[in-house]
Formats: sequence, structure tokens, C-alpha cells
Amino acid sequence: MDLTQRRDLLKSGALILGAPAVLSAFQASKSIKIGLVGCGGRGTGAASQALKADDFSNLTAMADVFPERIDDSVASLKKIHGEKVKVEKTNMFVGLDAYEKLIDSGVDVVVLATPPGFRPAQLRYAIEKGKHVFCEKPMAVDVPGIRHVMETSKMAKEKNLSLVAGFCWRYSNYIVETFSKIKSGSIGDITAYYGTYYTNPVKPMPPADTRPAGMSDVEWQIRNWYNFQWLCGDSLVEQAIHTVDKVAWAFDDVPPVSCVATGGRQIPAEGGNIYDHFSVNYLYPNNVRAFVSSRQIEGCYNENADYIMGTKGQAIIGRGPNPRIVGENPWTFAGQKYDMYQKEHDDLFASIRKGTPLNDGERMCTSTLLGIMGRMAAYTGQQITWEEVMNSQHRIFPEKLEWSGKLPVEPMPLPGRTKFA
Amino acid sequence: MRLSLFLFPLLAIAQTPEFASVIEKHCLSCHGAEKGLSGLRLHTRAAALKGGSRGSALIPGDPAKSLLYSTTELAPGTALAMPPGGQQIPATDRAILKAWITAGAPWPDTLTLKLPQLKIKDDQALVARLHPKMEQATELKPYKRIIPNSTVEFEMLPVPGDTKIAPFWMAKYEVTWDEYRLFMFQNLANEARGAEPVLDAISRPTKPYVEMSFGMGINGFPAISMTHHAANKFAQWLSAKTGQFYRLPTEAEWEHACRLGDTETAPINDRSWFVDNSPESYQQVGKKKPNQLGLYDMLGNVAEWTLDQYDEKSYGKPLPPEGYILSTKPYPHVAKGGAWSDPAQKLGCGQRIWSDPQWKMQDPQLPKSIWYLTDAQFLGFRLVRPLKVPSAAQMFRYWNNGVERE
Repeated sequence: MDLTQRRDLLKSGALILGAPAVLSAFQASKSIKIGLVGCGGRGTGAASQALKADDFSNLTAMADVFPERIDDSVASLKKIHGEKVKVEKTNMFVGLDAYEKLIDSGVDVVVLATPPGFRPAQLRYAIEKGKHVFCEKPMAVDVPGIRHVMETSKMAKEKNLSLVAGFCWRYSNYIVETFSKIKSGSIGDITAYYGTYYTNPVKPMPPADTRPAGMSDVEWQIRNWYNFQWLCGDSLVEQAIHTVDKVAWAFDDVPPVSCVATGGRQIPAEGGNIYDHFSVNYLYPNNVRAFVSSRQIEGCYNENADYIMGTKGQAIIGRGPNPRIVGENPWTFAGQKYDMYQKEHDDLFASIRKGTPLNDGERMCTSTLLGIMGRMAAYTGQQITWEEVMNSQHRIFPEKLEWSGKLPVEPMPLPGRTKFA
Repeated sequence: MRLSLFLFPLLAIAQTPEFASVIEKHCLSCHGAEKGLSGLRLHTRAAALKGGSRGSALIPGDPAKSLLYSTTELAPGTALAMPPGGQQIPATDRAILKAWITAGAPWPDTLTLKLPQLKIKDDQALVARLHPKMEQATELKPYKRIIPNSTVEFEMLPVPGDTKIAPFWMAKYEVTWDEYRLFMFQNLANEARGAEPVLDAISRPTKPYVEMSFGMGINGFPAISMTHHAANKFAQWLSAKTGQFYRLPTEAEWEHACRLGDTETAPINDRSWFVDNSPESYQQVGKKKPNQLGLYDMLGNVAEWTLDQYDEKSYGKPLPPEGYILSTKPYPHVAKGGAWSDPAQKLGCGQRIWSDPQWKMQDPQLPKSIWYLTDAQFLGFRLVRPLKVPSAAQMFRYWNNGVERE
């Protein structure tokens, strides 16, 4: 495709897609007030998309455990959105309970972008208080957390609240088109799915001697949240979950029968307790299997791709910029790609304006559970059935959390010794 | 709440005793644990008491007899005055030493003094350090070079100058992932952190969360999707590694090399990768015919960054004295030659595209990365080396566009 022309298309595409959502005549210019919980890079990005999604949206409140994050975030957002950012000092909340204060500050939409361990409690509070929600993936770090989110999702439905999840590929036009080809039979019946998530480490643990004297366990771990199971759910649940989500999608969000997995840690964890590689084998009905392999180690072969094999061909995503199908019905995506992160918010705000709530609740929980299931199979070294997972009572997120509190790090799981619970 | 969160860790850091700071600052560069000029080492109490060739440096309780102190009171610049070189230690620091010795020179056993680590930043001072190390060549000859401590080789070919353009070398190939990944990952480059402070100080890309070749291949394939800033920093890093000055070409230089080597007589399919013969992906460098200068893939494969800010109106007009349009804003910058994703008519020495914020569309974070253009899978670069090494100030400008943050 012609680059100059592509640029123009990108521009005009952005204009159309970034245009304000269609407003119903009734509440066309009523401000939609947004509160951002978790003001890191992704949260700030999500808030920016929320502000772009609707002409009359305003950011009015922000919450984080680190005040400097709020300062940086508000500065970045003001640079882009100017007057739409209306966050008074009194609406900047700091602390582990800051999200409650934010939700009680009179916002309409809550953007949840803290580490996933916090998600269930924050989501529940937001829905209880009648707020629409955009929440980043994944939904929880353990099964009790997911059950809690499932209940919350039902509550959202009953209250006619929108709940959009950051499983972003579901909002990407070129991936949506690929999956609709698959669903319409382009590759025949699916016989196997192989998904790779071989990347670099995300936010690796800094050396222990850089920990400032006097910093509590809880603060130190939250500052390095990606390295702790209770905060991030491990790399399969936090990052490779995008691939797991596509597996779930390919199988119509119907859960697998069981799974077996391997995983471990090759590079020293430096005080964290997450694995740096997983390989999961999900068994679906009719002996169809899905394989997800992930690795987060620097200097290795990297690939983030999906190979969906069927009786009539294969769909390939992530080998080259455009997904394609080879076999009886060859196809390559040739359209204009749009910004999936923006689309999540365009859809959310349009649904709010129209009064037709979106609810990603069920599938967002299924996908997260699939990730947790794979992780538990790797940690324990056991075959784990869907039924077992659904009944798991194992909590890894602490019942009580205090900012200055002690929090010993759970040891790295040892397959064959770590018990399924 | 906010204040206490900030200050707590700072207050808790143990204080270095005042005397120790004075010795570290003024004495240790010559009398540290390693160097120990005149046999004198001042890193521990025992070493100071032992003294050097002139005897004990420290007599607790007696500053006048302690050479460590008494030599600082001598007339600056005289034979035995310390530190040498005529710069006397400030009176306040001398007072600290005197009081400390008078008090019996208390020095905890656990305290070993270290030369203060000079925190090197990626700034003009760093370039001033690199500048004298750059090799000044006398003639343009083709050469190959292995990036030190690696097995990765690159090749530079002469491009003669003309009345407007000074002669330079240009890389035979577009920069490949093999080269670029050494810059991205210090461990791949076999660089030990702390071993070479200058290399450590050069800004390097953050680790990408996603797979930046987008499944199109690594070994021998061109690096893509880097920002203008990232390409500049790669050039600085490679210069520091090799002792040869590399940078992005100016648009004028790029076009000059393209036109000098023009082989328009050969069919485009023999010379270039473009949408008709490579619709899905970039290709390994050097697989098509080179131009007459021996440069491969000038047209097609990946579009190539130049130093210039894009300015529609200035094209073809006389250039500023620097030889290119200096950056004043993050976008747009010029890239040349066309790419695998372009039709044949978009490949050409005069073809230019210009960067746009949309090239970062899929970056979900804010602020967006200063290193990656998630949506510019058609964009790479190649380096040049001017025959004449420029001044340190020019060098700094070449490597720092100053507009990397949006």
C-alpha cells in the first residue's frame, strides 16, 4: 500500500473513529465525568482515550497510591486535552482506599487501571455505587477473585451499567475480521490452536539494594507489582492473557475440559515470585487442543503469533503486519487498521449516551480463568479440570493490606510439591 | 500524607560523616584503595594511620602533626601542598578535618571510603568525552567492522562528495536487527553494567512489551519501528563502541548517494522489495541488486530515516549551514526511498515520507514511548560516517534531536 496514501487514510480514519460518539438528543451535552484509578502509563493512556471518545467527557478525579503518578498523569493529559481535564486538588486521592473516595466524588465512569490484584474490590465498589466501568485486563489474580467479579458483572447487568474490559483484541477491527472469517468456516473446523507470547520481561525487579531504607514490604511490592503473584497474577495471567483470550474467542468462550502445563523461572527472580515461562496445553471437547507458550526473557527468539489450524486451512495472526488465512480460502487483511484502545472507549461512551449498556463480564472472566487455570497447572504440575478450577478456594491476594505492613513473599511454586487448592 | 510518603525514604538513608565526604571529595582520587600515590591510602582508618612514604598521615588529636590536615594548610601550589595543582580545599572543609582530628578522628570500622561515583549523563559533557576518541580518517576506502565484543559485522562504502556535499561513507545495508538488538539489550552486546560508564550513560531503548519485528524475522532482516530519537541514539552508541563517528544521513546526503548510484536501467523488481514482490513483509537486506555505489536496498524494503525535519517548502531550496533542517518539533521528520509496502511508483531517490503521531497509534501508554513507533513497520534506517569528524557541538546535535518527548 502506498505510504503517503496510508498516512492520509490513517489521518482520516482517526478523524472518523475518534469523532465524538453519536449523542442522543436528550442528554447530548451533559458532561460525563470520568474518574481514573491507577495513574500509570496505561491508566493515563486509557483516560486519554476516554476523553477523546466523547466531546462532553471530563476527567474530574484521580486516585493512586503514589502521589507523583497523579502529578505526571495530570500533566500529560492536560497537554493533550486541556480544559477537559478538570481535576481539583481535592479530587486527587492517594492511598489504598483512594478508589472509594474517587468513586464517591460524583463521577459517572470509572477507569480501573491498577494492578489486577486490586480489581475485584474496586470493580465491586464502582458497580455498587452505580458507575459505568472500563477495567483493564485481567479481572483478578485468583479464582475467588474471579467469582467475585462474576457476581459484580451480574450486578452491572441488573443495574444497566456498562462494563467494558481491556481485552483489546476484541475491539481490533483486523482481528475481529480474522475471527469472523474463522467463525464463518474459512478454515473449516478448528483442530488445534497454537499461540505464542515470547517477549521481554515487563518491569523486571530492581536490585534489592536499591530499595530505600524504611520502605514497607507492601509499598516495595506495589512499586514492583509485576513481579509478585498477588498483584499481577503471574506473566501468563497478566500479559500472555491476550493470547489466552484469543484462544477463548476461537472456542466461542466455551471453557476447556482440562489443561496440563509446564512453567518455571530461569532468570533470577531478585525477590519476586513469578515464573518467566509457561507452556499450557488446553483440552477442548472433541479432543481439540490449544497450546499457549509464553516466555519473558531478554535476548531470546521473540514472537507473538497465533496459528489457528482447521480442516480447510490455517489462520495466522502476528507473522507480518496483516493476519491471513492459507488453505482452501486464502485471505489477507487488506483494510485500514484502527486504534483498538480508542475503540474500547468509543464503544463504551456511545453505549452510555445511547443507554444501551455493554457488558464484557462473562467472557472477561472466562478468559482470566483460563489464564489462572494454566498457571495453576504449571505451579502444581497436575492436570486440572475446569470443574476443579471453578471450585478453587485458593486466595493469593491478601485479606488485609496496610500500606506500612509486612508482607512476606510466598516462595516460588514447585511443581509436584505445590498443592492445588 | 503526600509529604510523608515522599520524605520518609530520604530521611532514612544513613548519613555519611562529614569528614568522610571531605576526604572522598578532595583526597581519594589519588589516595584511594586502588591508586595509593606515595604509598598513601586513605580509604580506612587503619590505612590512614599507617600512612605512606612520608609517614603516618593521621595522628588522632593532633591536626598539626597529621599530614592529612597539615598539607592542606600549606600555601597552595607549593611543593608539598595538598591537593596538588594550586586549588586549596575550601576553609569550611579544612575546618571539618581539623575538628575531626582534634576530636580523636572517630572513624567507624565499617566505614570504607570510596571515590564518589561520577554520575555520567547523556548530555554535552558525555559527547565532549567521546569526541576526542573519534578516529579521523584521511581517505575514503570501503571497510568492514565488527561491533566490539560481538560477531556482528557491518560494512561501509565510500560516497564521493560534490560542491555541496562533503564526502562520507554510507552503510552498505540497512541497519539489521542483529545490530540493533545489541543496542536494545546490553547483555546481548556482552556489556557488563558499570564496566564502561560512558556506554552505560548513553540512553537506550526501554524493553518493548511486544515483539517489535511483528513476526517478520530477525536474523539479517532490517530493524524497524524505531523513533527518530532511537535511531540517533543507536548512532551514538555505535560511535562510542567503535571510536568512529556515525550518524543518520541528512536528506541531501541520502539523496546524493541514491542518485550517484542510480541504476534506473535495471528493472525495479531486480533492485527493490515493494508491494508487488513482497506484499506481506520486509526482506533480508542485500538480496537484490545493489546500486552502482554498491549500496543495497536504497529503494524499497524499509524506508530510511534522515536527520531532517520535514518542511514541504524548503525542499530543493538552499539548506541552512548545518546541511539539514534542524528539529524543532517531534513531528514530522523525513524518511526516504519507499518501503516493502509501497507500489513501485513510490520508490525513488526523491520520494519522501514524513513521520506522524499516528505512527504510534498502538502504543497504549501515555506518555507514549520515545523509542518505538508501533505502527511504522515499514520504517528503518542506515548510517553514514562523514570523512571529516565534526565538532563536539555538532556531534551533540546530530545525536540529540531535542524533540523526542511529545
